[in-house]
Amino acid sequence: MSQTFVEPSAPAPADAVPRDLTTKPRFSDRVFRGVVTTGGLSSLAILGLITIFLGYRGFEVLRQEGFNFITSSTWAITTDDAGNVVESHFGLAAMLVGTILCSIIAVVIAVPISVFTALFLNFYAPVWLKKILVSVIDMMAAFPSILFGIWGFLVLMPSAEYWGKLLNHYLGFIPIFHVPASYFTRSPFIAGIVLAIMIIPIITSVSREVFSQTPLDRIQAAYALGATRWGMIQAVVIPYGRGGVVGGAMLGLGRAMGETVAVYTVLNIVYQVNWHVLFGAGGNIASLIILKFGDASPYEIKALMAAGLILFLLTLMVNAGADLIVKRFGGNKR
Amino acid sequence: MTTSVIPAPTRPWVASTKDRLFDIGIFALALVVDLLLVAVTPMKGKLAYVFVFAIAYVTLSALRQFIVRGSASAKDAFVSSLVAFGAFVTLLPILSIFVTVIEKGSKGIHLGLFTHDMSMATPTDPLSNGGLLHAITGTLTLVALALIMSVPIGILTALYLTEIQGRFTRPIRFLVQAMSGVPSIVAGLFILSAVLYPIAKNYSGFMGSLALTILMIPTIARTSEEVLRLIPNDLREAGTALGGTQWRTVAMIVLPAARSGLVTAMILGVARIAGETAPILLLTGGGDKVNGNAFNGPIGSLPYYIWKSFNAGSPESITRAWAGLLVLLILVLVFFTIARFLGSRKVAK
Amino acid sequence: MTDSTESENEKMDTTIKPSSLGDVASSVTRRAPGTMAMGRGLEARGIHAWFGKNHVLSDITLDFAAGTVTALIGPSGCGKSTFIRTMNRMHEFIPGTAMAGEVLLDGRDVYAQGVDVTKIRLQIGMVFQKPNPFPSMTIGQNVLSGLKLAQLKVANKDDLMEECLERAGLWNEVKDRLNAHGGSLSGGQQQRLCIARALAVRPQVLLMDEPCSALDPGSTLRIEETIRHLSDSMTIIIVTHNMQQAARVSDYTAFFLSDNGPGQMIECAPTSEIFSRPRDKRTENYVTGRFG
Repeated sequence: MSQTFVEPSAPAPADAVPRDLTTKPRFSDRVFRGVVTTGGLSSLAILGLITIFLGYRGFEVLRQEGFNFITSSTWAITTDDAGNVVESHFGLAAMLVGTILCSIIAVVIAVPISVFTALFLNFYAPVWLKKILVSVIDMMAAFPSILFGIWGFLVLMPSAEYWGKLLNHYLGFIPIFHVPASYFTRSPFIAGIVLAIMIIPIITSVSREVFSQTPLDRIQAAYALGATRWGMIQAVVIPYGRGGVVGGAMLGLGRAMGETVAVYTVLNIVYQVNWHVLFGAGGNIASLIILKFGDASPYEIKALMAAGLILFLLTLMVNAGADLIVKRFGGNKR
Repeated sequence: MTTSVIPAPTRPWVASTKDRLFDIGIFALALVVDLLLVAVTPMKGKLAYVFVFAIAYVTLSALRQFIVRGSASAKDAFVSSLVAFGAFVTLLPILSIFVTVIEKGSKGIHLGLFTHDMSMATPTDPLSNGGLLHAITGTLTLVALALIMSVPIGILTALYLTEIQGRFTRPIRFLVQAMSGVPSIVAGLFILSAVLYPIAKNYSGFMGSLALTILMIPTIARTSEEVLRLIPNDLREAGTALGGTQWRTVAMIVLPAARSGLVTAMILGVARIAGETAPILLLTGGGDKVNGNAFNGPIGSLPYYIWKSFNAGSPESITRAWAGLLVLLILVLVFFTIARFLGSRKVAK
Repeated sequence: MTDSTESENEKMDTTIKPSSLGDVASSVTRRAPGTMAMGRGLEARGIHAWFGKNHVLSDITLDFAAGTVTALIGPSGCGKSTFIRTMNRMHEFIPGTAMAGEVLLDGRDVYAQGVDVTKIRLQIGMVFQKPNPFPSMTIGQNVLSGLKLAQLKVANKDDLMEECLERAGLWNEVKDRLNAHGGSLSGGQQQRLCIARALAVRPQVLLMDEPCSALDPGSTLRIEETIRHLSDSMTIIIVTHNMQQAARVSDYTAFFLSDNGPGQMIECAPTSEIFSRPRDKRTENYVTGRFG
């Protein structure tokens, strides 16, 4: 191609190379690019620093406890009068299990409600109602978590406890609905409901976004074949939006795992792995940190830092997974 | 021509009065079934009413469609009521939260709330003692400091993602997404370990706002990125074609065009962090007195005040917590509404 | 205009019920295509259409006799697509639309109160401008998707699938890969797949909204052949911008025009007449290429 422009008299060089089209940027632009790039890399720097500092502070505890830190569930420290550590056992297992359990309960409750809401908003609600509902649900996403916590404790708890009793009464033969003792207050189930309410806006808005990108021509094709609205949704919208909903659910899962204050107010923290979701005993890493922080000795603070690191890495993994899934399935041709 | 008389436009596909009456009839019937079943059977409570009604309504409307049009329509009607019920369930907690906060919070609201702090009162004192002044000023201080720090970083990140299509664009977008999922308690612990313990060695508002900055950056960066993407590329090309450097194009054309959108991004960021509690508990120390110096000494804030009052546990202190929540909620909603209003205009002309 | 006898009318006058379609489907395959009962065709009576306050279509009255192909021609924006979308009630999906007039299928108004719109769309099928097979389904599933969507039962699905693909002129190309995804076909093949999909629910009428505008000449030719074959057994209305295509495939041609107002039908006549001796000056200008 380049030879078209070569003078006929001058023989084309055998090793013709394409000309470099980039001009050398001016000084001001280089400064600009430098500053913007530095700013852009800030997220990398912050995430890196979080890992480094929490790892550095928690290193001593992590080394002492080894794998016990995530497999044992004792959390105890004895100090002498001078404040020196006599004996300490830090195990996060109960908290880790509790965190995952509550978040999964939240996602299980929130996903169907969110998907129904998103379908309602996109395909059933009249335009005026849709506008109002979208604003209200987005607004709910901006509610402070302490509000959910206090509301959950004072308003929701009595009802939720009763629902828990009902579930136990009728479905108690299923192992997870079994309770070792009749104590239903501040159970993982209740924390899960509060978390579900908190993540419904996120999952709803991700699902709504993905559903609304369903190609119109496929929707019309389904209707033109005599489909009812539900038939159309089944044949076109759900296959198209499935991946996006899964990604939204994972996003909600990540949010639920990192939630602190709301869970702390409604969950009874117990240092024992508990799989009985209706029983009033649970664990939560973030709540543990708040609970222990106030009167922790410097050594215990290090253990809390290590716990924070574990929580950070856990949410990071879940969020990364969510991001990949949403990117992969949401908003492209499939 | 044949167009002598134009008939009135009609919409034959809209439900007729007869259909509407049928719908209302089914609704009423479901209500009757609901009341009867709850009265006769041992089921009781609000939950029973709601669920029996939902089941009765879904079944009856599906049954009607089945009789009139067959099984496909019945399924359609079933799903229609189901998704509407889902939306209703989503709205229920919002309504409940609103009603409760307004009802309980308004009892604790009085004028003195905005002129006094808690230095001469404890949460369990009678409600007329003390106020929220320290908490409101504290929250505004924290938010202002966080804003000053996060806006440049957030917007630079957004500019990097939109204006410099570098090698790192995709990983950075991924990291910003990941950062938005950082639990607030982790941000608090990080500032604790990286700044408070080794350098500052003391609680202060600045420590709190550092943590809030971390939480705010991704919101601002992502919203700004969306806004900057809306700026048509010809504007940028026009700038460069006129001989402007990239820096001048961005500063004089792109950013001004996106101005209102960027303001929206900031306000959404503020709404996101104004009620953030966990890092505040770790970092600010939560004083009871108005503290004008954000860099020295404990500083109060609305979330801390609410937390402290709630945990004090007496009827007075819980009313204080509700009043604090009401003020916080109004603050967040005001920010949110402004953001929505500006956001509807997206890109300035 | 109708070429079906009165007794056949009686038989087909009832709307197809899901339960009876199975019988129709199995009996139909044994008949020669030309003798298939086609009903009385489709009649539009004084159709008007509005988008919001905008009057886009004015007073269209047209008969589409059973077994004929009618082409709708005219410049862009004259309401041809809107018109055929009022035929199978796809018009009402756009918010703020309105209409007036009647569309009679076998003498019954498809807009009458209490009519099940999904059944109307089963009888009046549609093929769109852009091929739109369902990408999550295989080729075979795509063909049968209409049955699944409308929850119709058919005795022998494989026979039906083969028959529809055969009639759409696609069978030989895809018979070895019925389990491949619909998106793996070429544009022309996808469009024929969409035709096969529309045929599987056995519509009486097939609406085609510029079915070839997104395709290459070779594929266009295949689809035109398909249309000619199909006209033996059903009523076809095709919107096209291509006048040669209208001349090649249609029995009747209607010319639409919007003169800074709502779209109107200027004239409708046998295709040979429209192209050789149109009655209206504006039609003549259009078909001779002097305008539009």
